[in-house]
Amino acid sequence: MTDAPLLEVEDLRVSFATPKGPVEVVKGLNLTLGREERLGIVGESGSGKSMTGRSILRLIRAPGKQTAKTLRFDGLDLMAQGTRQMRRIRGARISMIMQDPKFSLNPVMTIGHQIAEALQVHEKLPRRDLQARVIEMLNSVRLNDPERVAKMYPHEVSGGMGQRVMIAMMLIPRPQLLIADEPTSALDVSIQAQVLDLIEELVTGNGMGLILISHDLNLVARYCDRILVMNGGEVVEACTAPDLHKASHPYTKGLLAAQPRMQETRDELPVLDRSGGVRT
Amino acid sequence: MSNAAISLKDLDISYGDTKVVRDVSFDVATGESFALVGESGSGKSTVLKAIAGLAPDWTGEISVLGKPRGHGTDRTFSNTCQMVFQDPYASLHPRKTIDTVLSEPLAIHGIGQRSKKVVEMLSAVGLDQRFRFRFPHQLSGGQRQRVAIARALMLEPKVMLLDEPTSALDVSVQAEILNLLKRLRREQGLTYLMVTHNLPVVSFMCDRMAVMNKGRIVEIAPKTALYDGSFSDPYTLDLYAASGGNPDADPAVAAASDTKDP
Repeated sequence: MTDAPLLEVEDLRVSFATPKGPVEVVKGLNLTLGREERLGIVGESGSGKSMTGRSILRLIRAPGKQTAKTLRFDGLDLMAQGTRQMRRIRGARISMIMQDPKFSLNPVMTIGHQIAEALQVHEKLPRRDLQARVIEMLNSVRLNDPERVAKMYPHEVSGGMGQRVMIAMMLIPRPQLLIADEPTSALDVSIQAQVLDLIEELVTGNGMGLILISHDLNLVARYCDRILVMNGGEVVEACTAPDLHKASHPYTKGLLAAQPRMQETRDELPVLDRSGGVRT
Repeated sequence: MSNAAISLKDLDISYGDTKVVRDVSFDVATGESFALVGESGSGKSTVLKAIAGLAPDWTGEISVLGKPRGHGTDRTFSNTCQMVFQDPYASLHPRKTIDTVLSEPLAIHGIGQRSKKVVEMLSAVGLDQRFRFRFPHQLSGGQRQRVAIARALMLEPKVMLLDEPTSALDVSVQAEILNLLKRLRREQGLTYLMVTHNLPVVSFMCDRMAVMNKGRIVEIAPKTALYDGSFSDPYTLDLYAASGGNPDADPAVAAASDTKDP
């Protein structure tokens, strides 16, 4: 049981109907994620990386359609679960951190309430214990003065704090798998590092699996064990994080080269040819 | 001081009763590319806005190309200094075609031969002529940013204010826009004052940078400081570490580049 991977995905396809016929945005994706493994999915806008993340939670809304040969989480076939059963899994066993805390938190509910709600949906707890768990969670995401933060509304906190609140909310039911979809792209560089360090610490400390979705190759390489590079709905390259610079696919190479470096000696950055190849 | 394209002296900027920028002084030489680096809320964009005349509540001295700048909008000023904004999705009028957007500055300033100039400018920023009569929603983010750059260049300014011109774009598109900005600067002898929080972009685009924190400049450093992290201010060092430092900081590489550009 423990040897089986936490998540197995085989031939995942997501398509949307358009007047010109269905458009596939994820085209036959395969991935496995071990327990306590950190997987990064990298790609540019429109590569299908977010759709992959959402489809693991079966969050593709009509008219979008999702099919998969296998979508197994901890021995459970997610494709066979009904709406109600999926609800019980979302949050409790698989959670997702969204991009922008500004749009993902309920503006008319205090932070303490929202976090407690995330827990209450999945566990019946006496009110006092509930409160204690919320404070403990806020503490573990390193928010100073958690009692005060619990009484605040989302508009009263900064972006970095908001993202910590999101993380607290997502981790309080102690899920086995955390999907983080661009968790830091709305944040400043210095706060980015803090938030990712925090996610890393909480994930490795609790035996969780992590899927980190981002457009930033270097960031993913810093925080993940394995990396999938997506382009046009397909995985074009899979490698371990330390081997990223040895990437062989022209798209990955192009992406790596197109990024300015801290010590830039090139006069011009190589750009990707839109037809798929690399032009220098 | 006649050499300075932009000269700021003891600049304080307020929004209402809140002072957001204090005691900012620096000079940008003609033809130089200078970066303002800092986190959100550090006041870096506000400095650009004050220079462009969009944040009129300031005290101190601002002069561009040797001419002191007044507080109001100034038509002759827009001939010398133009700004490119962060988000190309928000900075172009959704109901005006690219042609209208580009000829508008010429019309305001009563400059003729508009059609010819628009055509030339489109090819200068690497946009195909077929985009000329399209609307912004028919263009991708990178193409829109090209239009925004073209619009800023229509009056042939000498100084460009760039407010995070690539932060809303994908990595590969960012590379295209950075290349474009670098080429335009070389071809037209422009001076850039660029706001960014991306240190590698500074390394690629700029010669010097000023680091801002909480409305003040904490350090002005040459871009070579990015190679080895030789900053003096603790805040800058934190920012540098958070950006991942220099993974290529191989002593051999550093030595090689030292000999290349001393």
